[in-house]
Amino acid sequence: MAAPRKLSMKQRYAALTHDLDWDFSYVDNAEAYPYTTFEGIKIHDWSKWEDPFRLTVDAYMKYQAEKDKRLYAVLDSFAQGQGHLSLADAKYLNAMKLFLQGVTPLEYQAHRNFSFLARHLNGPGPRFAALCQSQDELRHAQTEIHTLSNYNKFYGGFHSWHHQHDRVWYLSVPKSFFDDAVSAGPFEFMIAIGFSFEYLLTNLLFVPFMSGASFNGDLPTMTFGFSAQSDESRHMTFGLEAIKFLLEQDPDNVPIVQEWIDKWFWRGYRLLALVSQMLDYMLPRKVMSWKEAFELYFEQQMLGGLFKDLEYYGIRPPKHVQHAIDEKEILSHQVYWTLYQFSFAAAFNTTTPDSEHLQWLAEQYPDTFDTLYKPLWDKASRMVEGGGRHFARALPQLCQTCQIPMLFTEPGDPTTICQRHSIYEGERFDFCSDGCKWIFDREPEKYVQAWLPVHQIYMGNCGGPTVPDVLAWYGLQPGDNGEYAGSQEALDWAAWHTTSHAPAPTPVAGN
Amino acid sequence: MSQTTSTRPVGVDLQESEDSRAVVEAIEADNPECAVQHFPGLVRITSPQKLRITRESVEERLGREWETHEFQLAIVSYFGHIKEWDDDEIIIAWDH
Repeated sequence: MAAPRKLSMKQRYAALTHDLDWDFSYVDNAEAYPYTTFEGIKIHDWSKWEDPFRLTVDAYMKYQAEKDKRLYAVLDSFAQGQGHLSLADAKYLNAMKLFLQGVTPLEYQAHRNFSFLARHLNGPGPRFAALCQSQDELRHAQTEIHTLSNYNKFYGGFHSWHHQHDRVWYLSVPKSFFDDAVSAGPFEFMIAIGFSFEYLLTNLLFVPFMSGASFNGDLPTMTFGFSAQSDESRHMTFGLEAIKFLLEQDPDNVPIVQEWIDKWFWRGYRLLALVSQMLDYMLPRKVMSWKEAFELYFEQQMLGGLFKDLEYYGIRPPKHVQHAIDEKEILSHQVYWTLYQFSFAAAFNTTTPDSEHLQWLAEQYPDTFDTLYKPLWDKASRMVEGGGRHFARALPQLCQTCQIPMLFTEPGDPTTICQRHSIYEGERFDFCSDGCKWIFDREPEKYVQAWLPVHQIYMGNCGGPTVPDVLAWYGLQPGDNGEYAGSQEALDWAAWHTTSHAPAPTPVAGN
Repeated sequence: MSQTTSTRPVGVDLQESEDSRAVVEAIEADNPECAVQHFPGLVRITSPQKLRITRESVEERLGREWETHEFQLAIVSYFGHIKEWDDDEIIIAWDH
């Protein structure tokens, strides 16, 4: 075939992105791009933004189509082969319920905001990268929904994730995080999501999690996870390019970017508190502990690698990073203990760790587990044996910034609950940590508007004054919530694995 | 323990798959100082300072044409900075 000589990747990239751009002759630039000045960021030359992936639209479509083909082949064979029966245990799916309710809607939000950037950034390079990312995020939302819909045929907790994302108390944590990002300017959004979330922290969310899916027999999730994560590498690059570009464009950008890193590291880290308990408590077969994942993916790779690189520009590690490091021994235990007590109002189940699990936790956390947390679980087990599974009876106070119940402890003192507050226009606002208080104090006019689920319940905005009223408003169905042992799901699972005939599970409502 | 650009590791996480096995072997051959670790479903390769993935080396092991864009099907995550990604090679390294 006598095809004309192919352009090199470099030439193709230049031809299909920069060369397709044009200057406006009858509209003022400031009018065409109205959002890129108000944040105080100074950009002198947009052409300096290079996408190292040199991705062009033809290559993008080709490889994305291939990724989808591979994923859907796995989904089909899993569904056809009753793959759900080969999970490590049905309770593994609690992690996936939380993922679908908490993370999938964020993918969709990311899709929307990157599409906004694809229109509103001045340079063709970042506009095209943002367009690809916008498409990726939509693909992620769709493939996650498709993947996990297979489980909705057999298990509770998967049927109303979208409805629940906007209403349920623990889901206001991820929702408000992303609302905060999309209501910021485009540059802050790039540092918030592109850099702090995608580059600094995403490995902590996805990599051990997908490895966990692999280890627990959840092939579809592993496959969509890796499929999504292969895009994620491009997103990490976008985030890293964004920060380097801003820092190189003008020295005045440095302090602005530093404050965004300080803010968004802490916002993202607090969000990952939910992930910490998934790793340590929700996966029946463990891949790595939160502490190990944090040390590997954050301390070694980011503090030891990335921040040494950013030092060159005058950027230092995030302001409250030491607090996060100090919490690695206690974080997941405090979070799961809280979820355990409030799971009557959650769209997933919780249970007490069994003896093998307790042993693993003690090995992973030799300095804290046996002294601080094992006694709690021993007590919980005694109560269960006595027929009185413990649930909290009052609603928790929430942090005004991260919206997590005030469950975290004082730095250096794991037995005293940490509580900070600020007075703004005569009203008192409470926080779980110095990090969250600092974030509020920078922009109180933003955070006083927080939709705090507990406040909303007391204000009568969540279906009614009683617990059943609120749970109905959340869209919970019997079996979605509460204790795992003895639940419909646990009973079904046991029956499916003891009978010799194929299971005929009743589809749950909403399917 | 201060590390300079010349010793700070960079790395990449790849999916464990038929195709990426050849990619991993190529990376091992091209980066003699690299270390390979296996996690469920994943292969993690780290190397001091710099990691190179070359088309030639992958094609030799795969026995077919392989364009560097195809690396996107294997990569799960990385740390470092993508310094170069062209028709012949991909280089991950820190800048400073």
